[in-house]
Amino acid sequence: MIVDHLPILPVVLPAFAGALLLLVHGNIRPRRAIGIAATLAYLVVAVLLLERAIAAGPVVYETGDWPAPFGIVLVADRLAALMILVLGLIAVCAVVYARAGWDTRGRYFHAFFQFQLMGISGAFLTGDLFNLFVFFEVLLIASYCLLLHGLGAARVRAAVHYVVLNLIGSALFLIAAALLYGVTGTLNIAHLAVRVGELAPADQPVAAAAGLILFVVFALKAASFPMHFWLPAAYAAAAAPVAALFAIMTKVGVYAIVRIFGVVFGADAGPLAQLASPWLLPLAIATMIAGVLGALASRRLAEMVAFLTVSSVGTMLVGLVPGTEESVSGSLFYMVHSTFTVAALFLVAELLGARRGPAGDEFVPAPRMAKPLVLGTLFVVGAASIVGLPPFSGFLGKVMILQGTSANAAAPWIWASILGVGFLMLIGVARGGAVIFWANAPGAPGVSPGYASAGALLPAMALASAGIGMAVFAAPIKAYTDAAAGEVVHPQRYVEAVLAASGGSKAAMRKPLPAVNER
Amino acid sequence: MSLELLVAASIALLFACGVYLVLRARTFPVVLGLSLMSYAVNLFIFVMGRLAADVPPILDSANATYADPLPQALVLTAIVIGFGMTGFLVELAVRARDETGTDHVDGVEPKDVPILPLATAAAPPREEEPH
Repeated sequence: MIVDHLPILPVVLPAFAGALLLLVHGNIRPRRAIGIAATLAYLVVAVLLLERAIAAGPVVYETGDWPAPFGIVLVADRLAALMILVLGLIAVCAVVYARAGWDTRGRYFHAFFQFQLMGISGAFLTGDLFNLFVFFEVLLIASYCLLLHGLGAARVRAAVHYVVLNLIGSALFLIAAALLYGVTGTLNIAHLAVRVGELAPADQPVAAAAGLILFVVFALKAASFPMHFWLPAAYAAAAAPVAALFAIMTKVGVYAIVRIFGVVFGADAGPLAQLASPWLLPLAIATMIAGVLGALASRRLAEMVAFLTVSSVGTMLVGLVPGTEESVSGSLFYMVHSTFTVAALFLVAELLGARRGPAGDEFVPAPRMAKPLVLGTLFVVGAASIVGLPPFSGFLGKVMILQGTSANAAAPWIWASILGVGFLMLIGVARGGAVIFWANAPGAPGVSPGYASAGALLPAMALASAGIGMAVFAAPIKAYTDAAAGEVVHPQRYVEAVLAASGGSKAAMRKPLPAVNER
Repeated sequence: MSLELLVAASIALLFACGVYLVLRARTFPVVLGLSLMSYAVNLFIFVMGRLAADVPPILDSANATYADPLPQALVLTAIVIGFGMTGFLVELAVRARDETGTDHVDGVEPKDVPILPLATAAAPPREEEPH
C-alpha cells in the first residue's frame, strides 16, 4: 500500500521530479508545469503525513525494511510532520511566485528547487545522525545553486562565504558524528538516546564534546550568534522566491537542535542531560540583539528582513532554554509564524522594489509608486506580525514564549530582551516603511514587467495572510504545537516507537558489540 | 600504541594545515585547506572504528576480533560528498575571480593588509583598477 510508504514520499517525490526536470529542455512551460505540479503533490503528501502523525503517533519507516538500529529509519512525529507541512506551503508560494520571471533566468531553477525540497524534507524526517549529515549536504548543494541563481557579483560574493562556512560546518559535523559512533557504536538517533544514558564515566566527556560540536554545527545552520554573519548577505542577495524558501533553512538548524538535544541529550541522558542548555540562553539573547541591531542599520528592505530572520532565530532559541512543554510549544508556534512572515516579507520586498525604479528596495527616496495600497497592506501586516504587535501571529508566539519562560530563573533576562528587541524591531520596520512609501522623489517609475500580475501578488498575499490566519486559528495550532512539544520534551515515545518497530528485543540491542581493539 | 599515536598525530597535522590554509582568505589556499581538513576528517571517521590489523571486517564466530565495517562505509560516503563539494567550490572560486576581479574570499582587496607571499603566488595577475 502506498500509504505505508507515506513517510518517504516527501523525499522521493521531489527527487524524481527534480531528476525529470533535468531532462526537460527548451520552453519554460513544461518545466514550470512539472515544478508546480510536483510541489502541489508535495503539499498533499504533507497534509496526509500530518494526519498520520496525529492519528498514529510517531510514524516509523524503515528504509529497505532493515530493522531500526541497523538500517536507516525515517520518523514522522508531530514536529517533523509540522515542519514538512510548513515547507510544503512555503514551497508552493515560492514556486508560483517564481513564474513572475525568476525561473526563466536559468535552465535548472525548478530542478534545484525540487532537490532543495528533497534535502530539507530528508533532514526533517531522518532518524539517523549520519543520514542527517547526508541530507544536510543535499539541501546545501541545492541551496548553493539556488543562491547563485541569476548570478551577479553580490550573489557570487555571498555564495563564497556561504559555501566555505558550510563546508567547515560539514567537517565539524562528521567529527561529531564519528566521535558519537566511537563511544556508543550506533548512529540511530533513538538508539543513541539509549546508549548515551548508559555511557561509562570515562566516555561521557567524549560524548559531551561530540554533542557540543554538533551544537556548533546546528547553530551555524540556524545562524545563531556569533555565526550569523553569513546569513544577511546571502539571503538579501538571493532571488526573492529563493530567499522565501530559505526562510525555512535556518529552521532546519533550530529543528536539529530540538531533535538532537531533545532526544539524544534530552531529559533521559543521565549525566549528559540538557547538555546545551547553559549555552543556549546567552547565545539566544545575543542572536536576538545582533539581528535587530543589523536590522536598524540596514540599507535595503531585503537586508532588513534577513536581519529580522536572525533575530527571530534568537527568539525561537530562547523558548528552548527552560525545556518545558509550554515554552517549547511557544517556540514551535513562533517558528511556524516567523517562517511564513519572513517568506512573505522577502516577496513583498522584491515586489516593492519592482515598483520603485532604479532605487529598488533600498531605503532612499524614489518616485511615488502606483497603487501602493495592496503592497502597503501586505507590508504592514508582515511588519506588524514580525515585530509582534497584536492581533497578529507574532504577538501570540511571543506571548506564549514569555508565558513559558516566566517560571525560569533567567526570566528577567528573557523578558527584557524579547520586549526590548521587539521595540527596536518596531523602530526599524517603521523607519523602513516610512522611507519606502512616503519619501518620494519626482518621476513615475511604473512597474517592472511580470511583477504586476496577480500570479506574483497572490503568493505574497497568501504568505502574509498566515500572520492573520495563525492568530484566528491560534487555538487548534497551539493544541498541535503543545502535543508536538510534549513529544519533544518526553522523548521516550520517540525512542520506543523507533526501537519497537524493529520487532527485536530491546535487551539484545542494548548489549554492546564485542570490543574491537581490546586484545 | 605507536600506531595510534602516529595516526592521531597525522590527523592533527592535516587538520592544523587545513585550518591555517583556510585562514589565508584567498580562494585557492581555502580550497586546499578544506581538502586537507576533509582528509583529516575522513581518517578520523575511519579511526573511530578502532585500529585493527589483519582481521576481517565481518562478524564471525571463528574470529574473536573484527574490523568495524561501518566507518569504512561512512568514509566512502563522506569522500564522495567531499569530492563533489570541492568540485563545486573550485568552479565557484573561478567564477568569483571572474565577477569580482580578485581571489580574496571577501570579493574585495583588503586595503591595509599587506599581501603575503603565499597569496601573491596563488593569485593570477589582476587587472589594474582605474584611478
